Amino acid sequence: MSVLVFLDHAEGKIKKTSLEALSYGADLALMLGLSVNGVLLGTVSDDLGELGKFGAKKIYQLAKDALNQLDVQQYVRLLAEIVKSLDAKVIIFSNNVSGKALAPGLSAKLKAGLVSGAVKLPDISNGFVVKKSVFSGKAFANVAIKTEIKIIALNPNSYKISEKGGSASVEGLAIEDGMPRTKVVATTKASGEVPLTEAEIVVSGGRGLKGPENWGMIEELAHLLHAATACSRPVADAHWRPHNEHVGQTGIAIAPNLYIAIGISGAIQHLAGVNRSKVIVVINKDPEAPFFKAADYGIVGDAFEVVPGIIEAVKHLHSTS
Amino acid sequence: MKFLVCLSKTPDTTTKIAFKDNNTKFATDGVQWIINPYDEWYALVRAIELKEKDPATIVHLICVGKEDSDPIIRKALALGGDEAIRVNVEGRDSFFVATQIAEVAKKGSYDIVFAGKETIDYNGSSVGGMIAALLDVPFVSLATKFELNGGTATITRLIEGGEESDEVNVPFVVSCQKGVAEQRIPNMKGIMGARTKPLQVVEEVMADALTSFVSFDLPPAKAGVKLVPADNPAELVRLLHEEAKLI
Ligand SMILES: Cc1cc2nc3c(=O)[nH]c(=O)nc-3n(C[C@H](O)[C@H](O)[C@H](O)COP(=O)(O)OP(=O)(O)OC[C@H]3O[C@@H](n4cnc5c(N)ncnc54)[C@H](O)[C@@H]3O)c2cc1C
Ligand SMILES: Nc1ncnc2c1ncn2[C@@H]1O[C@H](COP(=O)(O)O)[C@@H](O)[C@H]1O
Repeated sequence: MSVLVFLDHAEGKIKKTSLEALSYGADLALMLGLSVNGVLLGTVSDDLGELGKFGAKKIYQLAKDALNQLDVQQYVRLLAEIVKSLDAKVIIFSNNVSGKALAPGLSAKLKAGLVSGAVKLPDISNGFVVKKSVFSGKAFANVAIKTEIKIIALNPNSYKISEKGGSASVEGLAIEDGMPRTKVVATTKASGEVPLTEAEIVVSGGRGLKGPENWGMIEELAHLLHAATACSRPVADAHWRPHNEHVGQTGIAIAPNLYIAIGISGAIQHLAGVNRSKVIVVINKDPEAPFFKAADYGIVGDAFEVVPGIIEAVKHLHSTS
Repeated sequence: MKFLVCLSKTPDTTTKIAFKDNNTKFATDGVQWIINPYDEWYALVRAIELKEKDPATIVHLICVGKEDSDPIIRKALALGGDEAIRVNVEGRDSFFVATQIAEVAKKGSYDIVFAGKETIDYNGSSVGGMIAALLDVPFVSLATKFELNGGTATITRLIEGGEESDEVNVPFVVSCQKGVAEQRIPNMKGIMGARTKPLQVVEEVMADALTSFVSFDLPPAKAGVKLVPADNPAELVRLLHEEAKLI
């Protein structure tokens, strides 16, 4: 019996969100008196033994290059076999793009209850109850998993990566993989430097910025803070910015440590996707903008004057620290 | 081609979220119900667009829910679905709902099952992937573009840090999000026509719920905004550095 963490990877590297999942799995294993192991389908250049630092005892790997591209149907079949053969009792995914594709399928295959969008360790004082984000971040639900095998998909940036020391042994798996049914025919990289869902800081612009030509200062601030860029829905609808930057109830939901909203009014549908951010900064020329009610820090002022001032101050901070 | 489009009923996006009965139930008094935006704007509209290109295509709608789901089903018929099926039971959890839909999908031998990226109330992102596993067919999640050529689809999906294009043959399940289509508004002809389109009610099949809701809570209220004067942006940077310790 063990806790098994799915290790997601791209371009030869384990994703940061998987290290969050591993840290979560390690702490959960401690609560349950079990050990925590990782499972990886495909090949990476990272040293898997190093994952012991985060508490993993063993890393099970099905080391085939063909598996570096996600084919959901095949992955789900392989994972179901692996879970059964290892007698894993709790399986942890990150609720990222891969987790959203895989965890539901595994849940249905194994008839194992799934809570996706988990934000905390389960409460095991009375059953097994997991807190998850619902209503696009406007509330939380406590959901009991009633089955013997349990699956949790942890929201990105909800759990701190923690190093516990130690090293993991790597074990190869011998399971036949088949022909993929979904073929990846092309991939393109987003223009931004930091992927939005993994970013700790996000700089976001709204219609108050007047036009796409004014995004230079947003990108410069994001670059200085090592942040991702985002935008409100009308900005993406007007094609000022790409769709993959649209955050909110009908866009991407994010929970960075710091969200800086510039020229965004703070409509309820926008807030829904960003209000799990730990700290929110709002820059808006209208003191009545609803966003100020959800903010931790704010400046009432013209973005075209305030943002260059912030950029100068950040440069100054970097040069003095 | 035969399509099955999943429709879920969700509270309007402006709904104030509150709970009752000792925080064990969502307070539905006065709530306006809508078709889950991902289902209506993207999954349904794309299915209809594909039917417009190939009129031999059949678009069926499915909703797991009681009678109070009929208004949203009629709206989807007005937008262009051909027929609807309602499984007459309140959803208990994602697996329960997925099992009901998979059953209908199996019987109707559909080529493509369309789901939304997620419901805006439960945010499960689960039902689509579960249906695919229950039918043992491919699942392409989070589509932002969807082209169909004969029995082969080319689907662009958002991945971390970029996009990926996949090729897949029917039958399969796809979950749709922004980019796949543009929101439409039903016209008068559609609304009139929807009244007489078939809406078949079927009874549930036996299925387990694997999870259950225990309670809800609201996030703690914010302490209030700390305002910095517009002529002193350096003070904001100092606070973020020294007080919040984030930069
Ligand atoms: C069903 C539904 C779903 C939706 N989903 C989403 C979603 O997912 N995400 C989303 O973002 N929206 C969503 N919306 C839209 C949402 O309701 C708002 O219309 C939208 O968020 C407004 O975008 P905005 O704040 O950029 O623009 P506006 O509301 O036009 O606000 C612009 C702001 O900029 C300020 N401003 C103007 N000039 C300056 C300046 N020089 N300096 C500083 N500030 C300035 C103004 O005071 C104003 O507050 C949805 C709507 C519906 C009906
Ligand atoms: N009760 C339901 N009836 C029909 N389709 C549903 C139902 N619940 C969810 N779905 C579909 O599954 C998708 C994902 O839902 P969820 O897993 O709840 O986030 C939705 O966008 C719908 O397309």
